[in-house]
Amino acid sequence: MSSNAITLIEAITQALAYEIEHDDTVLVLGEDVGVNGGVFRATAGLQQRFGNDKVLDTPLDETTIAGLTVGLATQGMKPVAEVQFDGFIYPMLDHIICHAARFRTRTRGRLHCPMVLRVPWGGGIRAPEHHSEANESLFTNVPGLRVVMPSSPQRAYGLLLAAIRDPDPVIYFEPKRIYRAYKEEVPDDGEALPLDVCFVLRDGSDVTLVSWGAQVKETLEAADALAKEGISAEVIDVATLKPLDFDTIAESVAKTGRCVIIHEAARTAGFGAEIAARLAEFSMFDLKAPVERVTGYDTHIPLFRLEMKYLPSVDKILAAVQRTMAYS
Amino acid sequence: MSTAANFTIEYLQYLDPLGKEVAELPEFARDGAKVLELFKEMLKVRSFDAKAVALQRTGKLGTYASCLGHEATHIGIGAAMRPEDVFAPSYREYGAQFMRGVRQRDVLMYWGGDERGSDFAGPKHDYPWCVPIGTQCLHAAGAALAFKLRKEPRVGVACVGDGGSSKTDTYAAINSAGAYDLPFVLCIINNQWAISVPRSAQTGAKTLAQKGIAGGLHCLQVDGNDIIAVYEAVSRALEHARSGKGGTVLELVTYRLGDHTTADDARRYRGEEEVKAGWEREPFIRARNWLTAKGLWDEAQEAEWKIECDAHVDTEVNAYLETRTQPLEAMFDYLYAEAPHDIAAQRAEALAWEARRA
Repeated sequence: MSSNAITLIEAITQALAYEIEHDDTVLVLGEDVGVNGGVFRATAGLQQRFGNDKVLDTPLDETTIAGLTVGLATQGMKPVAEVQFDGFIYPMLDHIICHAARFRTRTRGRLHCPMVLRVPWGGGIRAPEHHSEANESLFTNVPGLRVVMPSSPQRAYGLLLAAIRDPDPVIYFEPKRIYRAYKEEVPDDGEALPLDVCFVLRDGSDVTLVSWGAQVKETLEAADALAKEGISAEVIDVATLKPLDFDTIAESVAKTGRCVIIHEAARTAGFGAEIAARLAEFSMFDLKAPVERVTGYDTHIPLFRLEMKYLPSVDKILAAVQRTMAYS
Repeated sequence: MSTAANFTIEYLQYLDPLGKEVAELPEFARDGAKVLELFKEMLKVRSFDAKAVALQRTGKLGTYASCLGHEATHIGIGAAMRPEDVFAPSYREYGAQFMRGVRQRDVLMYWGGDERGSDFAGPKHDYPWCVPIGTQCLHAAGAALAFKLRKEPRVGVACVGDGGSSKTDTYAAINSAGAYDLPFVLCIINNQWAISVPRSAQTGAKTLAQKGIAGGLHCLQVDGNDIIAVYEAVSRALEHARSGKGGTVLELVTYRLGDHTTADDARRYRGEEEVKAGWEREPFIRARNWLTAKGLWDEAQEAEWKIECDAHVDTEVNAYLETRTQPLEAMFDYLYAEAPHDIAAQRAEALAWEARRA
């Protein structure tokens, strides 16, 4: 059998190609997605392979991309729009919140909006200003959306297929820092993953580490380091933030009694706050220690000379775990 | 210096405010039958609009955006479109929607606080009322892009106001329609007022039609109170778009005779003289005079038709008033194709709470 070890971004390209090939209504649009194949190369080769009617460069305006995408989606197409960088999504909010997320409800199901916004997300790549935002919690508070963030090539492929096939709008965040971090086998079999489950990446018994996106990498590294110290960490990749599969987290915490939430976004009202709140509501008596959050600070992510000081790190995760281990 | 490009904006009008022909009439208008049909629809809308305002004043309707004075623009747009075209209104183009099969009770349901109003009769692909200004223009352009990609002879039509012509989304729709050469028609309904801000404060542009020039669209300014001009202009623009000759921006010049909505009081910001002048140019006088002169209409016919219109409105109002409020779970049931576990749980929670209170 031929090897198909690919990176996370190649898995995205593979999923886009699969869906364009198998569903006539799927098309890709965005800035520089055509001949150029996207600034990160996510759509590399797709226009050459499928033509200009399936892969459309748009005028340089995010409002245009969002509005056209809503128009396409409500009229029988399944558009997958690329938002060139996380920090450029803000002009799209009107179309996402006021329209994409509520066409189904406001028309009692007469119109709906099956669209995907692919958003290269997060910091840590020494990018210019406005290219490194972790803004997922702006969207987890919006009714009618699904919010997804893969952390491996396999999950990037399976979750993107699911997002495109989902009949409702999906914000699909792509952790750009790990676009090319490693390769894994991703069979191009068209098998989607469920859009409402967390993935347990590593079993453990002493502490539950909950993360998503690029921080899953540091979280797994922290779990390795903890194992050497005799601490058994369970690692959960949330993957789909909305709707949240809290049951998987609660089951883990029932076992471990400790929880550390790791995310890149600012702490206050970051998505970790929702998980911590649910632990307080539903898992209070399973907890041996206060829930810890390892997050970005409540500041703007600094320009790149300081950005690694802002981001969660393995050391910060280890320190938080040690604090929870002080309780027994 | 030489000239890089030259542009002109043409103005289309067939009937002056008193109904005198100022240009040779287009084919469709000559025998008067079509104009009579449109005029009667305009009267029907006016009858509806008066009743809707009265319902709001008596507490039987929420805030309502009146269409008083806009009847020719709205009826002309709706009458010229085909069912398979897509209509993206703002929030007061009821006349256009009625021509497409939307019922008066649907409009009342929407302003009466019930989402089922937007699940209206008429083309299922049409967009619902759009309160955020201008966004609907891009949805119509996106629809037009879908039609172009699928090679369907259909047109995306949006309406926006003079205030909405300032909006980013409106420019974006014009620009993308030009860039992709889309079957798209934008009707800028210039009623001179965006709530309290006059047309002159929206832009330094001499016309709103010319906003299409920068995007490479056809542009035309139209007397929006002249039903013949509106129907002709929209028909031409649709034909153009349908046959692959590109999109159009139409500025339909009219006047908002009423308040912005029932929550507004226009006396705070505009003078009586201006409104009086508006009543002299409104769309019914000229159409009525012209039809009467042709022997197609008289006072007795109008009185009789008004009784019919009012009776129809009463039937629709009764249907609206008799509509029971949706069950509580309706707020959950249309959020997603299939309720995620969180939504299912909250739905159960809401129903349990309601049952406890019962």
